[in-house]
Amino acid sequence: MTAVLTQTFFQHALLAGTFIAPACGLVGYFLVLRAQIFTGDALSHVAFTGAMAALAGGYDLRLGLFAATVGVGLLLGGLGRRGRPDDVVIGSVFAWILGLGAFFLTVYTTSRSAARGGAGTSVLFGSIFGLSSGQTTLAVLIAAGICVAVLLIARPLLFATLDEAVAAARGVPTRVLGLAFLALVGACAGEATQAVGSLLLLGLLAAPAGAAIRLTDRPFRALALSAALAVAEMWGSLLLSAEAPELPPSFAIMATASAVYAATFLVRPNRALRTAAA
Amino acid sequence: MSIHPTEKVRSDEGHAAPVSESSPVAAPVLSLRGAAVRVGGRTLWSGVDLTVATGEFTAVLGPNGVGKSTLVKVLLGLLPAAAGEVRVLGGAPGAHNGAVGYLPQRRSFDACVRIRGVDVVRLGLDGDQWGIPVPGLGRAKRRAARERVAEVVELVGASGYAHRPIGQCSGGEQQRLLIAQALIRRPQILLLDEPLDSLDLPNQSAIAALLGRICHQEGVSVVMVAHDVNPILHHLDRVVYIAEGGALAGTPAEVITSETLTRLYRTPVEVLRTSGGRLVVVGQPEAPALHSDRHAGHGTGGGHAAGL
Repeated sequence: MTAVLTQTFFQHALLAGTFIAPACGLVGYFLVLRAQIFTGDALSHVAFTGAMAALAGGYDLRLGLFAATVGVGLLLGGLGRRGRPDDVVIGSVFAWILGLGAFFLTVYTTSRSAARGGAGTSVLFGSIFGLSSGQTTLAVLIAAGICVAVLLIARPLLFATLDEAVAAARGVPTRVLGLAFLALVGACAGEATQAVGSLLLLGLLAAPAGAAIRLTDRPFRALALSAALAVAEMWGSLLLSAEAPELPPSFAIMATASAVYAATFLVRPNRALRTAAA
Repeated sequence: MSIHPTEKVRSDEGHAAPVSESSPVAAPVLSLRGAAVRVGGRTLWSGVDLTVATGEFTAVLGPNGVGKSTLVKVLLGLLPAAAGEVRVLGGAPGAHNGAVGYLPQRRSFDACVRIRGVDVVRLGLDGDQWGIPVPGLGRAKRRAARERVAEVVELVGASGYAHRPIGQCSGGEQQRLLIAQALIRRPQILLLDEPLDSLDLPNQSAIAALLGRICHQEGVSVVMVAHDVNPILHHLDRVVYIAEGGALAGTPAEVITSETLTRLYRTPVEVLRTSGGRLVVVGQPEAPALHSDRHAGHGTGGGHAAGL
């Protein structure tokens, strides 16, 4: 156990995961509340395509990753009315983007050296144990930035989510907030791709938030709980994966997150009655 | 039907409102003079004159699609008036929105919204502030906020269910909580867009009575868009009746009469009073519609039943 904890790869993963997880938990809470989980799903495919496009063009994978997720996040907000993209818009963009991803993967594997042929897999399924020290630092900084930004806009965003017309009348810039939130979702999707891969990032966004919402009906408590659950799940699964190498970290994270979410269904939804009585 | 010239009906005898607009000291909280609005190049209404004093209950009535909700948006400063002068609390519309409570047209929370009613009410107080409430910081301020939430929830009679997730509350309960949210900053004006819509009859009269109480006891000027005058008739001080292009303002007794509505619509309109005191507005050529089927097509000014 202690042998693993001193390994550099594990320390990098733990450090990156400790920041990526709360970013996903915070963003995920608003994704669930705003019924925009499907947006996160679309962005996960965009993440793959962006990374592949950057590799095919000979650039750093992360450049394409973030440019694509943040750019498409903003595009979805711009196309959908009032910063809330509708399902048809997302569905169309998402299928088209995935097609592009297949194209770039082909370009990359046929034109670039075969030595990095595993890049496609690591984008799709994540490689948190493969982060270099520089990659870890950048991931930590971006994740910390996302956390701070979400906390800053949390209250007006909650207002705009629950009650858009009243919030707008009160002077809350609902449209700008909607766009800013989608940009944050994009950045978060880019971060999560490095941890669990583009195919699985939706789980990290949705599962802790979904569990938190089932456990408490106080918005800010749920927001904190969502971030805390994400961190706990991240730590638990990194340890699990380090101890049992046959379990890849992406699988361990998804399994833990899903298990916690499933466990919340065992909690009877009587919290409301208890708080009322208290 | 072309645009009507505005007619202002206001009896010289004045009416019984406690704070009359004719009082020289009390400045009107809300005034429109010759106001008009254009949406998409079409003039919805023009020449609207209205003065609302402190603590008056005003209803904005008229057929669907005539621009009643648009009037509320103009008062909030969300839409510019195309002509005339609009003053809200002595300033341009939107300048004092902190002192204006607003209830938009029917919002209902999905059954899956697991946010407590008190949290939704609380957003009315500080929902526009950046950041999140930090535990342990500003204890006194947070206690004051909590007390204000409890006070306003008590005022609307929602204490019994304000701690339940709002998605699990009934339509009438949600409406009370939203009224509490609109009232939490002690606004001087409360703008409501069809707040009785989609409520059953007992809830309609209960919410109307609540609004009348807020208006006359708390001194909040209430301006309410409605398609049925009957649930609120007993509480009203002033009525604005908007028809295609023009509008009439005055007390209910002055405006909701066969003569004035016939002049406004330029077609025979009859106002009948039932033995129970309810008003029925009957126009030609359409048959009177029940107040519940408001989408049944009294879209033209000619035939409109304001209730039964």
